[in-house]
Amino acid sequence: MARAPLFLAREGYRRRRLADMARLLPVLGAALFLVPALDARDGLGSGMLIYLFSAWFGLILASAFVSARLARAAPSEGADPSAEPAAEPPEEAS
Amino acid sequence: MIAFDMLVAICLFYVAILFGVAFLAERGGRRGSNAWLRSPLVYTLSLSVYCTAWTFYGAVGYAARSGLEFVTIYLGPTLVLIGWWWTLRKLVRIGKTQRITSIADLISSRYGKSNMLGVIVTLIAVVGTTPYIALQLQSVTLSFAVFAAAGAPGPWQLVDLNAAAFSVAIGLAVFTVFFGTRNLDANERHHGVVTAIAVEAVVKLIALLAVGIFVVWGIGGGAQATLDRIEASPLAGMPVAPGRWIGLTFLAGAAILTLPRMFQVLVVENEDERHLATAAWAFPGYVFLMSLFVVPIAAIGLAEMPPGANPDLFVLTLPLAQGRDGLATLAFLGGFSSATSMVIVAAIALSTMVSNHIVMPLFLHWTRSGATMSGDVRTLVLRARRLSIGGVLLLGYLYYRLTGGSEALAEIGLISFAGVAQVLPALLGGILWRGATRAGALAGLTVGFSLWAYTLFLPSFGEGAVMSAGLLADGPWGIGWLRPQGLFGLDGLDPLVHAVVFSMGANALAFTLVSLFDFPGPMERLQAAQFVNVFDHSPAGQGWSQGRAEAEDLLLMAQRILGADDAQRLFQRAAADQGKQGYLPDTTPEFLRGLERKLAGSVGAATAHAMVGQIVGRSSVSVEDLMKVADETAQMMEYSSQLEAKSEELARTARQLREVNEKLTELSVQKDAFLSQISHELRTPMTSIRAFSEILMEDDALPPERLADYSRIIHQESMRLTRLLDDLLDLSVLENGQVSLHPQPVSLSDLLDRSVAAAGGRSGRAPMAIRRDPAAERVDLVTDGDRLSQVFINLVSNAQKYCDAADPVLTISVTEVEGRVAVDFVDNGSGIPDRSQSIIFEKFSRLSDPRKAGGAGLGLAICREIMVRLGGSIVYLPGRGGAAFRVTLPSRCAEAA
Repeated sequence: MARAPLFLAREGYRRRRLADMARLLPVLGAALFLVPALDARDGLGSGMLIYLFSAWFGLILASAFVSARLARAAPSEGADPSAEPAAEPPEEAS
Repeated sequence: MIAFDMLVAICLFYVAILFGVAFLAERGGRRGSNAWLRSPLVYTLSLSVYCTAWTFYGAVGYAARSGLEFVTIYLGPTLVLIGWWWTLRKLVRIGKTQRITSIADLISSRYGKSNMLGVIVTLIAVVGTTPYIALQLQSVTLSFAVFAAAGAPGPWQLVDLNAAAFSVAIGLAVFTVFFGTRNLDANERHHGVVTAIAVEAVVKLIALLAVGIFVVWGIGGGAQATLDRIEASPLAGMPVAPGRWIGLTFLAGAAILTLPRMFQVLVVENEDERHLATAAWAFPGYVFLMSLFVVPIAAIGLAEMPPGANPDLFVLTLPLAQGRDGLATLAFLGGFSSATSMVIVAAIALSTMVSNHIVMPLFLHWTRSGATMSGDVRTLVLRARRLSIGGVLLLGYLYYRLTGGSEALAEIGLISFAGVAQVLPALLGGILWRGATRAGALAGLTVGFSLWAYTLFLPSFGEGAVMSAGLLADGPWGIGWLRPQGLFGLDGLDPLVHAVVFSMGANALAFTLVSLFDFPGPMERLQAAQFVNVFDHSPAGQGWSQGRAEAEDLLLMAQRILGADDAQRLFQRAAADQGKQGYLPDTTPEFLRGLERKLAGSVGAATAHAMVGQIVGRSSVSVEDLMKVADETAQMMEYSSQLEAKSEELARTARQLREVNEKLTELSVQKDAFLSQISHELRTPMTSIRAFSEILMEDDALPPERLADYSRIIHQESMRLTRLLDDLLDLSVLENGQVSLHPQPVSLSDLLDRSVAAAGGRSGRAPMAIRRDPAAERVDLVTDGDRLSQVFINLVSNAQKYCDAADPVLTISVTEVEGRVAVDFVDNGSGIPDRSQSIIFEKFSRLSDPRKAGGAGLGLAICREIMVRLGGSIVYLPGRGGAAFRVTLPSRCAEAA
């Protein structure tokens, strides 16, 4: 098997960054969801409620964006794109 | 107010619809039609079994008691789902490639198909899920009770809540048995059940949203007004406890991976890996909507409902109190859906685990003599599952009866979460870390589960139930730092956080440490590589090497598990793939592996492995074969290296032979030359002798001076002959070892003096200068002086004869080399060519023109023989500018210098 090339074509590169995004999203989510614990003294205010649900909703939107593009970019077999960076996606112009 | 019998009728009608949906979906799934059944939407909705009656009713109660904290139960799963690229994707891929049937199967399979681990995980799952099932039964009966209490007295007046709970349990068992154990191969999945659950998911979402919208806009007076009411409610004063906040988020995240029912819908029932990408945002969206109206309902419920009303039932009682019977009925159906879907999936998951990891191994153990021959395994597996479903529901019902159904819903759920979360280290470690071992998983699970039971589960029954009040307050035997809820004196922690920190911490620590110091077996290491590197080689599975398995036996067994048609189709296809006709393919490793996978879908990996193993005649894996293969390889390598060594030796021998041959050829040439020479040498004197003796005989009148002259010639010639013959004799005597030596003390310088004198001068040419170093020659020897001087004479006269320099010089030097005396004879001639250096010591060898040499070419051969006899040696020294010989004398000769 040939070694994976060090630099990828634009599409492969995009796909990898997309996977990075998918990996980082829960980290961002954890940070956002920790805020109520930092501001523990105040209790349940409407401000807190609005913040929490807005953050939650934002995360869902971000996840929808990233996941949809990832699913489209991934080869149909669902193989790991990061494992086969050399494989060019078949005529996929997004 | 809706009549109670009306409610029951609606309920039954709803259940009938569910049966119908499940039935149609099942039929559609078998036909392969109904593509939407396999859509990511259905998958996402089926994940909603996470939202049980606990969510539906309990979340509001939770919010009313502890404020915002309820939301952590959904934040954890949200994080896990949007982080699907990390773990879920891998989990699903592993589940697909390894035909995983349950979380116990995954753990067992990952750690070397260890059934022990399967049993432990199954037990944890049963213990952790039973309270949860009880919780669902309780919520359904409570909601019935709401209507019964509010409704007019009549024949349906609910006197016995327990009877209601029991009939619900029975109904659920029937549904689950009917749709959950219809087929065996998990690959075909439970289309009916999944679709019914998706429908229920929609019902509960709509119900909760409807109640929420009614509460906010119907009672609260709009969004802003409701927010104001929340600010004014007691909820506003409830602070977030950071420890619980973080701990619960973690616990909920762990639960979505480890809860048996979640694993069932997430991994086992997954149709397509890409569905995860949809669920990654859609499921967080679902739980987002489910929790959106929880706080408003709680706040307004607290304000509107009379004090003392159970906040767990606000979702139901608020619309009822407002006279919205339709809405209340919808809410009731929502709660009913939440409870039933959870119980159904949990029962399927648990029954799979119980039958695969407890019943089947026991059965195989008892009928070791021949699982293939006795009884129908397919029926047995199905029966085991059905009994397990009944057993699980019975357990739940018993737990409900025992605890009296009095606890707040939220606490039971959290205790359950903490219990099944103990599987998390073994699960994550198993798919991410190749170094995780069976012993490590075993240690972690045991330690974590025990600590969970000690610090959380047993105390949850209340003081005096399992643990005495004294034990809880003072610790066992009065040891304070062992108190179940204050280990090491950590009293300040919330009991739940305390239990999670200690059990998960000890669990992870034990798992990691034992794994680090353990050495896994070959099977474990194979499986570890397969799981952790699943993306590198998805189509895999450890193999069977070709065995003595009889295809017919395998077919018999497979028929009993998969059913006759499926099994025959499978075998026929395998045979066709191998290019054979009929139903019996060759039992190649690929075929066995595929069959094992297929069976694993029905009975679990460990059991399938054991069953195939029984027929193949090896209950242990083919690791031994692997070893054998490795051994053979090693042997072959050794053999080939031996061959290599041998061929090298042969090459060496051939080289030596070639050299010898060259030498022989040259010698033979020389011998021919010598023979002609020696015949000439012999003939010349003989001719002279004959000629002159004839003259002497025939001519009587010779003058006396002539006579004397002629007889002198005859004498000289015969002397020459004698010398030649002497040389030959001498050599043959030396070679045959018949010579007798006479060692005596001699002086080296004397010997050299004598030799130089005896060698005489050069006839008719410039005299050779001989350089010597008298000081170095002052060496006393004990040796045969006559023989040694014979060597010296030979060397000196050789130099005189052959040195072709204009001013010939012979240098005789004496040195000590490695404790031996070396005498070098070096002249300044042109020396001996390389080609000839190897043969000068051979007999009859003569390099220059024989005529010029005037000898028989035996001198150096004789010298060598003499030196060998004396224990020394004579060698030619190349590269000294001329012919150079070194005579080495043995040390014993060189006594007392």
